[in-house]
Amino acid sequence: MSRFSKALIALLIAGASTAAVAWEGRFAGIGREATPAEVKAWDIDVRPDFTGLPKGRGNVDDGMTLWETHCASCHGVFGESNEVFTPLVGGTTLKDIETGRVEALVSGSFPQRTTLMKVPTVSTLFDYIQRAMPWTAPKSLNPDEVYAILAYLLNLAEVVPADFELSDENIREVQERMPNRNGMTTDHGMWPGASEAKGGIGNGGTPDVKNVACMKDCKKEVVIASALPDYAQDAHGNLAEQNRPVGQTRGKPTGAPAEGNGPGAAAEPAAGAAALALANAKGCMACHGVANKLVGPGYNEIAQKYQGQPDAEARLVAKVKSGGQGVWGAVPMPPQGHVKDEELAQLVKWILEGAKAQ
Amino acid sequence: MAMIDARPGRVRPAPESFLTDEQIASVKDGRRDFMRKAFMAASVAMAAPAVARAAVEGDPAILELPQWSTTLGLPVAANPYGMPSQYERGLQRRESPGLTRVGGSSVAFTPLQGLFGIITPSGLHFERHHQGWHDIDPSRHRLMINGMVKTNAVFTMDDIMRLPSVSRIHFIECGANTGMEWGNVAVPTVQYSHGMLSCSEFTGVPLKDILDMCGADYKKGRFVLAEGADGSSMTRTIPMELIESGEVLVAYGMNGEMLRPENGYPLRLVVPGVQGVSWVKWLRRIEVGDKPWGAKDEAVHYMDLMPDGLHRQYTSTQECKSVITTPSGGQLLLDKGFYNISGMAWSGRGKVTRVDVSTDGGINWRQARLEAPVLSKAVTRFNIDWVWDGKPAILQSRAVDETGYVQPSYGQLRAARGTKSIYHNNAIQSWKVVESGEVSNVQVL
Repeated sequence: MSRFSKALIALLIAGASTAAVAWEGRFAGIGREATPAEVKAWDIDVRPDFTGLPKGRGNVDDGMTLWETHCASCHGVFGESNEVFTPLVGGTTLKDIETGRVEALVSGSFPQRTTLMKVPTVSTLFDYIQRAMPWTAPKSLNPDEVYAILAYLLNLAEVVPADFELSDENIREVQERMPNRNGMTTDHGMWPGASEAKGGIGNGGTPDVKNVACMKDCKKEVVIASALPDYAQDAHGNLAEQNRPVGQTRGKPTGAPAEGNGPGAAAEPAAGAAALALANAKGCMACHGVANKLVGPGYNEIAQKYQGQPDAEARLVAKVKSGGQGVWGAVPMPPQGHVKDEELAQLVKWILEGAKAQ
Repeated sequence: MAMIDARPGRVRPAPESFLTDEQIASVKDGRRDFMRKAFMAASVAMAAPAVARAAVEGDPAILELPQWSTTLGLPVAANPYGMPSQYERGLQRRESPGLTRVGGSSVAFTPLQGLFGIITPSGLHFERHHQGWHDIDPSRHRLMINGMVKTNAVFTMDDIMRLPSVSRIHFIECGANTGMEWGNVAVPTVQYSHGMLSCSEFTGVPLKDILDMCGADYKKGRFVLAEGADGSSMTRTIPMELIESGEVLVAYGMNGEMLRPENGYPLRLVVPGVQGVSWVKWLRRIEVGDKPWGAKDEAVHYMDLMPDGLHRQYTSTQECKSVITTPSGGQLLLDKGFYNISGMAWSGRGKVTRVDVSTDGGINWRQARLEAPVLSKAVTRFNIDWVWDGKPAILQSRAVDETGYVQPSYGQLRAARGTKSIYHNNAIQSWKVVESGEVSNVQVL
């Protein structure tokens, strides 16, 4: 037997069910049947009719504990934070829970459109928490933890009482209390498949506006409804540097040169830039600004606090690694297990040296 | 100086210097002789004999041989992977300040103001991630097919790249493109107003071929879920009708090379005509089912809020739209006279059949030239001549697609949908030109 054949057999054994030909025909041998364990590992979606919902249960109290560990640093203790993401909770009333329509979406009486104001289906929340949360460690929660966190979130919106335990058995009843459950329409022409009448969604592609291609004297006067405010023009850096230096036109010099975006930005990244990129990559910047307090303290504030302390580096490394609470306020910092030791050292050194971008 | 007076626009300060304050002031004052002055200034700066020669004989860019004509250039493969000229560095993907607070869930816009033709250079393809991006090892990437199929299956990249492939040019536009402008003008340039748009040649395998292999139940399974391998494992529901059309691709190639990591390397879904969020990146799984999934990006985001407080759910098609990219917001016209107005048009329902351009805010229109190729669900480049008389003007473009749909005005779109939708703003864009040559973003009803 050739070495090649041996290698091939080893490969076939390694793949659990590769020995079975999944289909005949000209593509036989391309692709293989998935094992039940493989499908189970990846097929975690939960549909509005609760197909795919795992068995489990979790109560509001346990959810609160989990929330403070995993969720509060971005979403706030009460899901109200607008620092990192749009608030999850707020803008719904007990009346909305009754009618299934969120009144603030009509009146515009709430400053943001929170998740609970919009989402019609509780399955969506379960599915997304399970597949994508927490932000820096997605898919790390077990089903009971997802139930508990969801119970706490629903309690914040008064959808369920404080002593509630959410489970696969009662989640259908909770669906009947979702504040915006009747807030959806599919009466539109922007579903590119079959119409609702033919088993799909929407009206089959009929647009909701009808313009005509008028060519001459189409209107009497031109009404300018809105123009660019100066601050918006200057907020986007120096537009002269965002255009080509030759051609029909030039960019207009505006504002200040955009940091990190101007012509100088293509230069070799310095140590500071590398650390900043690492901080971005590891999700640190989700909660910390360089100069500003977001959820956690700004890096310059940290540098200032630890200035002149010889053991600062070691202490901060330990703190980031295991998480902490109380030094900068009530919002806890979750443990950052996904950051390697050498990366941690690089980040902490950079922060203590002033978190410079270059 | 006769030559210089006759062709003022052809004598420019060195390309690395942008317009000086003085030059801008002279444009603003309506003095159109600044080009000549700039040339004089450049001449004065040179050694005395050169000044004399230039003033008498012509342009120092011609008379004084540049370094690149008089020295040896760089060898081949000095840049093993070629990069744009240093003078093009202003054209980069950019975030819009204040739009988002977390880079891992943000947008970087394509600089449409500097692009030609219909293909977006891969390094300038817009970015939109939901939980950051990764550079995935292709040998460890898998595509799973499950649900209402005869055989749940797994494919490696080796498997997928062995199957018969097709290459097609299509646009991809985020459903939230131009979303900041629903209520009023908010951003200065076409990069920020329309830059969640790119167009590339994609290479891959029709998803239908793969579903055929797995024995999909086309009778009952009228919906397909696409899921990514990133942290968010983003999911979207796609209609089976689109997959049966053969248009939906499981793609690994983009513009002749593999997809860039930011755009889904090594595998993404291509769903022509549909908003970018459905073109799931880092594609790891396709499930066939009999109902839509109500995923986060179908039940919290990517829904269009109507004035009556209802959200339109599962809006996916990108309707016919166009925008003039030159001249456009944040630019300066340097002088009166001839300009080539150029822009892009596209439709999620098929081919663009016509683009009209107005320079008077929509009172009168002229038909623009469509440049070949004109492809279904791809960007089409249009051009039209314009002689600027130095007076205020408002530039607009209006596209028509093969279904007869005419791109709407802001007034028409708002009458139907209000101003809070965020998504699917395809209104006619207006750029105002004032006497100084400054171009700015305005909205005309």
